[in-house]
Amino acid sequence: MTLPLTPSQTIGPFFAVGLPWPDGPDVVAAGTPGARWIGGRVVDGAGDPVPDALVETWQADPEGRFAHPDDPRGPAPGGSGFRGFGRCATDAEGRWAVRTVKPGPLPVPGGGVEAPHLNLSVFARGLLNRLVTRVYFPDEPEANAADPVLASIPDPAARARLVAVAEGDRLRFDLHLQGDQETPFLAI
Amino acid sequence: MSDTLSGRQTGSRPLLPAYSPEAPGTHPPLDYPDYRSTRLRVPRQPLVPLPHRLTEVTGPLLGEDRIGEHDHDLTVQHAGEPLGERIVVEGRVLDGAGRPIPGTLVEIWQANAGGRYRHDGDRHPAPLDPNFSGAGRCVTDAGGRWRFVTVKPGAYPWTNHHNAWRPAHIHFSVLGWAFTQRLITQMYFPGDPLFAFDPILSSVPEAARERLVARLELDTTVPEWALGYRWDIVLRGRDATPFEDEEDDG
Repeated sequence: MTLPLTPSQTIGPFFAVGLPWPDGPDVVAAGTPGARWIGGRVVDGAGDPVPDALVETWQADPEGRFAHPDDPRGPAPGGSGFRGFGRCATDAEGRWAVRTVKPGPLPVPGGGVEAPHLNLSVFARGLLNRLVTRVYFPDEPEANAADPVLASIPDPAARARLVAVAEGDRLRFDLHLQGDQETPFLAI
Repeated sequence: MSDTLSGRQTGSRPLLPAYSPEAPGTHPPLDYPDYRSTRLRVPRQPLVPLPHRLTEVTGPLLGEDRIGEHDHDLTVQHAGEPLGERIVVEGRVLDGAGRPIPGTLVEIWQANAGGRYRHDGDRHPAPLDPNFSGAGRCVTDAGGRWRFVTVKPGAYPWTNHHNAWRPAHIHFSVLGWAFTQRLITQMYFPGDPLFAFDPILSSVPEAARERLVARLELDTTVPEWALGYRWDIVLRGRDATPFEDEEDDG
């Protein structure tokens, strides 16, 4: 049996009625060793902030495991209960952030390794489907250089935009939906 | 434990599920100028294909612990009942192969019966209802089923173009089983004369639009109490082949 898939629609401007969670940005709890904030701004093609976007993140735990039955390596050692998921609505200045820890690298079927990364979805008024991208870490230059997804982005300047920027104890990752600094988005 | 994917392979094939490509004609194009808000927000560079590996075939399995007692019934969340036409909306979350997706979080939000959202940005001069927040959530059961009690949302004006009105709709968010399946969409009510004038629904390829329209169902309707609507949500399916031991196929 093959069923036709349900089409996507925009999240619209009023999702704050129901979608944000008080603990949405807490991929890990405050005080978790190694925890830090990763975030930035969502801006449109005119450079204006997008104050009505929802950003979601998904990632492996620090050992590179997922609390999910389809991780064929089995459960994370110790069954950490790592949530792995973050959700944050942008504020009036277009800012978002999640508090998390760096995930481990991931083996690639058939060989190779993916550098530590977060998968990220952006939903907003004006987006009829989500936009998907990845966040990589600036302290992993060698792993990033060997990452097959980064390598598939032909323009080196665009590729560099998928690597977060260290700012003190935070990592900045801006999302440019359109324009000269447009973030590379991925087709999933 | 091995840190590679080779330890539990079937032949040379790793045990990662493969999610089917989405058929062309399923989703709206991102670039759809009739919906004015797209113009400064859609990327102009081509999307780069993302292979389905570990981060893509897994996803948050969050559910029961996020659900409150009244989250599925938007008519009992306040001291009194909301105004409007009480309705039941139910359905299943399935994958493209027809398999139910159990234990997945379904979140909804909507305008009240007068077409007004409880949101500071909604300037439609229709009354707020002190007995209606317009948000609900539930988790699908073992058969992928979900059910909400609410009131039918009203149509409302917006500023996309002169005299623009949105057809009545309920927003739905579904996490699914994997990052690949994440979906946010809108459910519409059958026979709404505003369909033809709505660029958001019209952005969906014509053959797929009806998939966003619930059907009135007497089996879901509660006699003497509330009309019932049914609507199934179908997320992309995964190919079974990587799960199977080819030598066992006979």
